[in-house]
Amino acid sequence: MARSEHDTASEIEAAALSRRALLGGMAAGVVLAAVGTQAQATPERMAAVVKEITRGAPVREGRVKLELPPLAENGNSVLMTITVESPMSAADHVKSIYVVSPENPLPNVARFHLGPRAGRARVATNIRLAGSQTLTAIAEMSDGSFWSGQAATIVTLAACIEQPM
Amino acid sequence: MARARIVMAKSARRGEVVEIKTLVPHAMESGFRRDAVGKPVPRHIITSLAVTYAGAEVFRMEMFPAIAANPYVMFATVATETADVVFTWTDDRGGVMRETRRLEVT
Repeated sequence: MARSEHDTASEIEAAALSRRALLGGMAAGVVLAAVGTQAQATPERMAAVVKEITRGAPVREGRVKLELPPLAENGNSVLMTITVESPMSAADHVKSIYVVSPENPLPNVARFHLGPRAGRARVATNIRLAGSQTLTAIAEMSDGSFWSGQAATIVTLAACIEQPM
Repeated sequence: MARARIVMAKSARRGEVVEIKTLVPHAMESGFRRDAVGKPVPRHIITSLAVTYAGAEVFRMEMFPAIAANPYVMFATVATETADVVFTWTDDRGGVMRETRRLEVT
């Protein structure tokens, strides 16, 4: 199942390459048109959610690798993979991974809760993006520390604001 | 809810990290769309996927409207003993779907 999904994804990716020059130019216009027609999260609302997650504790950059395609043709389904450097032992593991957005209608995107029985801290899912943006993933470790990683992606067709046919 | 698809090895050696991929059919209606006459379409999303292995929770995901339709989730768990892995998806209207897969540990 997932393999064929990935195959399809790479086929789409290959098809996108030839159209990329054209789409790249269009992207800016499409995204600008999208902004302002929707209820949006703002960097301030995202910061409030981050504060709620960390309960005010500092968040250090590093240990978290957030992967998104650099260019997503369709914001309705974008593959997101998160890997956290951790031995995932009983004494030292990732407890939770939080993903937040500054541009989607809601700052919360996903929350994953794992533990030493995960064996490795690597998760993936398909998400919606209401426009080009930089997402942040925050990992909460078993020692109570918070680490983060970011990834930027350009979205040519945004999610959440689509009008039905 | 319709049936989910789960990709997971049937057997693994003790201590091996087993990768699990799940896909469940669901519209994940975000609540931010409007219908043809401009009326907001009410939210209807899966809010959680919880996974237990031999009765103990090994993975849980909280979902928000930003999760794409037909949620795909990949994660992993360490093979510890021959037991059932139970997947439970719950949506915000009380819909629950459960799937079970046996993991043989050698």
